Amino acid sequence: MAILADKKTRAVVQGLTGAAGTFHAKQMREYGTPIVGGVTPGKGGMVHEGFPVFDTVAQAVAKTGANTSVIFVPPPGGADAILEAAQAGIELIVCITEGIPVLDMVRAKRVLDSSLSSWEPSEGSQTLPRWSAAGGAGGLPTRCNLVGPNCPGVITPGAAKLGIMPGYIHKPGSIGIVSRSGTLTYEAAFQITELGLGQSTAVGIGGDPVKGMDFIDCLSLFEEDPQTKAVLLIGEIGGTSEEEAAAFIKANMKKPVAAFVAGVTAPPGRRMGHAGAIISGGKGLAFDKIAALREAGIAIAPTPADLGSTVAKLIS
Amino acid sequence: MKIHEYQAKQLLGRHGLPVPPGIPVVSRDTLDQAVRDVVSTSKSETVVVKAQIHAGGRGKGGGVKVVKGVEAARQAASQILGMRLVTHQTGPEGRVVKRLLIEEGVSIARELYAGILVDRGCGRVVVMASAAGGMEIEEVAARTPEAIVKEYVDPALGLAPFQARKLSYALGLTGTAARNATSFLQKLYQAFVALDASLVEVNPLVVTSDERVLALDCKMTFDDNALDRHPEVAALRDLDEEDPSETEARSHDLNFIKLDGSIGCMVNGAGLAMATMDIIKHFGAAPANFLDVGGGATQAKVTAAFKILTADKDVRGIFVNIFGGIMKCDIIAAGIVGAVAEVGLRVPLVVRLAGTNVEQGTKILAESGLPITTASDMADGARKVVALVKGQVS
Repeated sequence: MAILADKKTRAVVQGLTGAAGTFHAKQMREYGTPIVGGVTPGKGGMVHEGFPVFDTVAQAVAKTGANTSVIFVPPPGGADAILEAAQAGIELIVCITEGIPVLDMVRAKRVLDSSLSSWEPSEGSQTLPRWSAAGGAGGLPTRCNLVGPNCPGVITPGAAKLGIMPGYIHKPGSIGIVSRSGTLTYEAAFQITELGLGQSTAVGIGGDPVKGMDFIDCLSLFEEDPQTKAVLLIGEIGGTSEEEAAAFIKANMKKPVAAFVAGVTAPPGRRMGHAGAIISGGKGLAFDKIAALREAGIAIAPTPADLGSTVAKLIS
Repeated sequence: MKIHEYQAKQLLGRHGLPVPPGIPVVSRDTLDQAVRDVVSTSKSETVVVKAQIHAGGRGKGGGVKVVKGVEAARQAASQILGMRLVTHQTGPEGRVVKRLLIEEGVSIARELYAGILVDRGCGRVVVMASAAGGMEIEEVAARTPEAIVKEYVDPALGLAPFQARKLSYALGLTGTAARNATSFLQKLYQAFVALDASLVEVNPLVVTSDERVLALDCKMTFDDNALDRHPEVAALRDLDEEDPSETEARSHDLNFIKLDGSIGCMVNGAGLAMATMDIIKHFGAAPANFLDVGGGATQAKVTAAFKILTADKDVRGIFVNIFGGIMKCDIIAAGIVGAVAEVGLRVPLVVRLAGTNVEQGTKILAESGLPITTASDMADGARKVVALVKGQVS
């Protein structure tokens, strides 16, 4: 089972012929992911490293039956690439690109959320339809999930690797991982694998302030997934996604969840690498997030060296 | 990226927003002339002299003076230029004032607040206004959240006229002042989007005694991801406001932030870099920096990063924590060995390598003959570097 990526995945790579696209398309294929082609405008008709290349995502979908796209398009065209994939009927869009301007993502998200009718969220920001619920209008598919941007991607060990994570540190198992950080996800997967457990799916949701799927979207999928027995959530400073996740877990989840939040030592007002990792106006503190998660009964890993052991305890 | 108040006001002016007439001063040579020019065009002879640093609380720290006449203005300006200004945002060491804004005084009837930012929860731009101008918005939000009115913007429509009107009326404005405020908010939103800002705060937004609405102070920050398409904004960066090591790091495309601890960190990935700082703290010491060398770093980039760490006098130990994904451990190891060959090693160095090409990386370090302590995992590494810095051998 697992979530998002599985044996039915058929992926195209947008930005295939660039250096990163080429390297990772080959890596994904080596892992066993069905990469059915690539998209680079102006290079349609070529065969690149054994992959058929198309000018548009729509052509790629028509010719290959692709249902998934992994995006390596450079930042200025990143949001446009997401929209192109959505319009072509892609069900899962994984955007690896780091550095997409925030207002580009605001516009892209507006289109993907185009079924929304309210002018403002009534309580905090909870009432706008989330990405996984978007769809129907404007020629968009009824269900279109975006993961990222600025993320390592999604991996279902033994089935499909959609992104830039090293495949060999993973193995099939029962722990779901959802994380805002790339290398911290690798660290977690590695620790879990070393303990003899494995992952159902690991999702890096990315470090940008405006993005696709958030913790809650992934948590609800993990809750429904029979393969997943426990979930590890890795958060960081900035925003309120961890607090929202804590409330969601408390209200809706039966499966045990462990968590880690990076950035207790981060200074306020500074962007810590990720565009979204910033404490602003006294909001987004790691301390507050940890308190909210703990309050919801979630096991907190005391250090990043305890990611695996903390979640392992929940199912032993 | 942050800019100064005077730069923000110039940008607003270019987007048709009313700001008080003023002249920036960056050297004593032009100070006298600037003061004379502002006073000569001013109706009231009142002049405001404002220190230009990237920190709030300037008024309380003595960096803003309201005076009358050329002589008093000149005196205030020469006092503030070059002073070490300490505010609640600068830290106790303060910031040397290298730029001033000399501005015409304004007859204030009301002080309001206007702010625009991206609400990351719903992925929309939100325009906020409050009648409590001059106060910090965080304070208003904490004490009287109902005093802040908000309009969320559909990016396809922009801030609709009715939304701007709603905000103006909610501030209690009427007649000409309400019309001016409505126009101000719409232009402010347009400027925000046109410049790819991430935050604009006009605090206070003032209504004058003759019902004009203008930006008396303005703070702007920009989306770093969009600077490439706004060279005119990127050119406003003031390197005097940055730590020199951060400027150096940026020239090598490294994500680096100077902190005040004693353990230098070199890590790949932003999340792991933050977590590494945290685990150092967990074991009883403090990180000297945040440093993410990125996913695809070259050996030269690693060398540059290592040099920045060793050049920092506060650094008494270095912890390299790498989880190789795309980044290969042998590249990191070769970069470290190359840097040490060039600049030497005056502090203990602990290296933890895991992931891609870890064997080759470990071999390079071992064969270098350098006094490097290796660690099996990140807890082991953090414990070792803290012990070494504290003078206890683990």
